[in-house]
Amino acid sequence: MDSGIKGAPLAAATASGAAGGAPFIRIEDVSKSFGSFQAVRNVSLQITKGEIFALLGGSGCGKTTLLRMLAGFETPTSGRIFIDGQDMTGIPAYERPVNMMFQSYALFPHMSVEKNIGYGLKHDRMTDAQRKDRVREMLDLVQLTPFAHRKPHQISGGQRQRVALARALARQPKLLLLDEPLAALDKKLREHTQFELTNIQHKTGVTFVVVTHDQEEAMILSDRMAVMDKGRVMQVGSPTDIYEFPDSRFVAGFIGSITFFEARVRSVSGATALVEVPAMQTCVTARAVPGLAEGALVTLALRPEKITLSRARPEAANAFSGVVHDLGYFGKDSLYKIALPDGTTVSVNSVNARRSGESGRVAVWEDAVWLSFEPDAAILLTA
Amino acid sequence: MNRRPTFLLTVLCFGFAFLYVPIVSMMVFSFNSSRLATIWGGFSTKWYGKLLENDQILAAAKLSVEIALISATLSTILGTMAGIALARFRRFRGRMMLSGMVTSPLIMPDVITGISLLIFFIMLKEYTGWPAQRGFTTVTLAHISISLTYVTTVIQSRLSQADLSIEEAAMDLGSRPWQVMKDITLPIIAPAILSGWLLAFTISLDDVVVTSFATGPGTTTLPILIWSKVKLGVTPDINALATIIVAVVAVAVLVTGIAVNRAERRRDRDARLAYQANE
Ligand SMILES: Nc1ncnc2c1ncn2[C@@H]1O[C@H](COP(=O)(O)OP(=O)(O)OP(=O)(O)O)[C@@H](O)[C@H]1O
Ligand SMILES: [Mg+2]
Repeated sequence: MDSGIKGAPLAAATASGAAGGAPFIRIEDVSKSFGSFQAVRNVSLQITKGEIFALLGGSGCGKTTLLRMLAGFETPTSGRIFIDGQDMTGIPAYERPVNMMFQSYALFPHMSVEKNIGYGLKHDRMTDAQRKDRVREMLDLVQLTPFAHRKPHQISGGQRQRVALARALARQPKLLLLDEPLAALDKKLREHTQFELTNIQHKTGVTFVVVTHDQEEAMILSDRMAVMDKGRVMQVGSPTDIYEFPDSRFVAGFIGSITFFEARVRSVSGATALVEVPAMQTCVTARAVPGLAEGALVTLALRPEKITLSRARPEAANAFSGVVHDLGYFGKDSLYKIALPDGTTVSVNSVNARRSGESGRVAVWEDAVWLSFEPDAAILLTA
Repeated sequence: MNRRPTFLLTVLCFGFAFLYVPIVSMMVFSFNSSRLATIWGGFSTKWYGKLLENDQILAAAKLSVEIALISATLSTILGTMAGIALARFRRFRGRMMLSGMVTSPLIMPDVITGISLLIFFIMLKEYTGWPAQRGFTTVTLAHISISLTYVTTVIQSRLSQADLSIEEAAMDLGSRPWQVMKDITLPIIAPAILSGWLLAFTISLDDVVVTSFATGPGTTTLPILIWSKVKLGVTPDINALATIIVAVVAVAVLVTGIAVNRAERRRDRDARLAYQANE
């Protein structure tokens, strides 16, 4: 992206082992214990060059710990990490081709914006003029040129966040680690910055690993993501994979809202399975998943936006009935809570396509309604 | 509701009187023209003039300042290193013990410290032949040993308030540990280092007890000199000397105190504002 400037000497020294489609970062069976507490358990991940990879999970699930092991601030208790084909075991943080953007930004309070951004460059073999050019280029990239001479306490939160980003990118790392980069920003600024982050990633081509506990953020930002729980990686995939094809109750419940039903497999034929759902008082067909055995207990999961509401019994194969228990109007859509005969509550999203008053609603409180869904929309979970 | 402030005020007045009446009366009597220390004979500055002619006092003052400068500087260097080690290297073997050992001299009686240092110096001479004689060197070493505790504590507490992640950030950007120390840690604790030095300086300047154990013939610091003179009776020139010392120390502490306080507050505000993302 920039001409004439040598990359970090470290970057140059590293043998470029990863050719073609070989993974750029390989995390092999990494565990980390603090005393008797296991913060990260047997994590194996492969991250491709140039992608934005998100680590998503609840508080305390080990995201930061995993990131700190990539940066070199923590040593894995067992397992190995490879970056660009190079084993990182025993390599200190200051020698890794990795830079990190800290959650607290960790700007140096006694240095100006410009000095903060240029700090890492003093270790690189380049002339003062090149260094200056690089800092100017970075300031330009994050649109902070007018603030170059200010101290961190003299700029706004969003600007500080961009200084931290520019500082981490200045040395042209092979890998940029971002720990909750947007957590401290307000909603509007966050949306704007999400867009900017992806933009900057496309411009620079640096591989990003982003830690977040916000599922929406992970969906928007990432090319692929890993969902973590209690130190384990539960599922890895694209945002669509994770949302549409979760393979465990945890992942299905963590991303978006969803209703779970207990179900029993009646039969499996090719791509579809017939399952009996006691709560719906009927049998429904759903897309089959590997590992379904006839007679086995499984979970059927339905997302609110995949269910259609109607007053009359629909033609669809998968239909069941209930009573409107509660409803909320959100402008572009309405959220219904439907009570089934056995007491289960199902969430249903219905888009308010037409402009109408209360009379235009599909149903109101205490109305009996029919719910239906496509076989493809139902998610069968065996775990 | 009304009685309480009166009561508190009375206590406060007593406290301050207790602290400052002796000093103020000493200052007043230093301008006494009478030879008798406790009988007012009119205003005069002649004792101050006499002081400047007294070579013994001038030599002692010079010696005291020299010892204070050297011991404060050395104990600041050692104390800074110890403070950093205690605050930063979280779990090394013996950290608890070292930390306890550094702070326990705070409550050790001076006499005990003095005696143990004396025994140490005697034994050291016995086995190594050094220091040949107790004097400048031993007094300086003794002062380092008593002020080290204070410096270490000051540095350690400053560092434990600072955010660890900015040091990690520097390391992440390619700085080796010593570069992180130079670029980040030291600038951030600079005010604490300065106040640690000042503390060590004043401790050295006014110590009598430990010094009297560590010193030898021919090495008379100013406090020792004053003490030995007072044993023969308080004379107005001692009052004058003490007044000068009080004035110098007060001005030095006030000026640096204000400077350090201001720098510290500005730095803290910088740091705080830099960490909180939303303004
Ligand atoms: N240095 C440490 N010593 C002991 N336990 C630690 C240490 N660092 C982290 N832990 C523990 O490891 C677990 C995972 O911590 P980690 O910081 O990785 O969580 P996280 O996923 O980043 O959570 P959050 O979203 O709240 O930041 C936590 O339970 C935490 O208490
Ligand atoms: Mg975290």
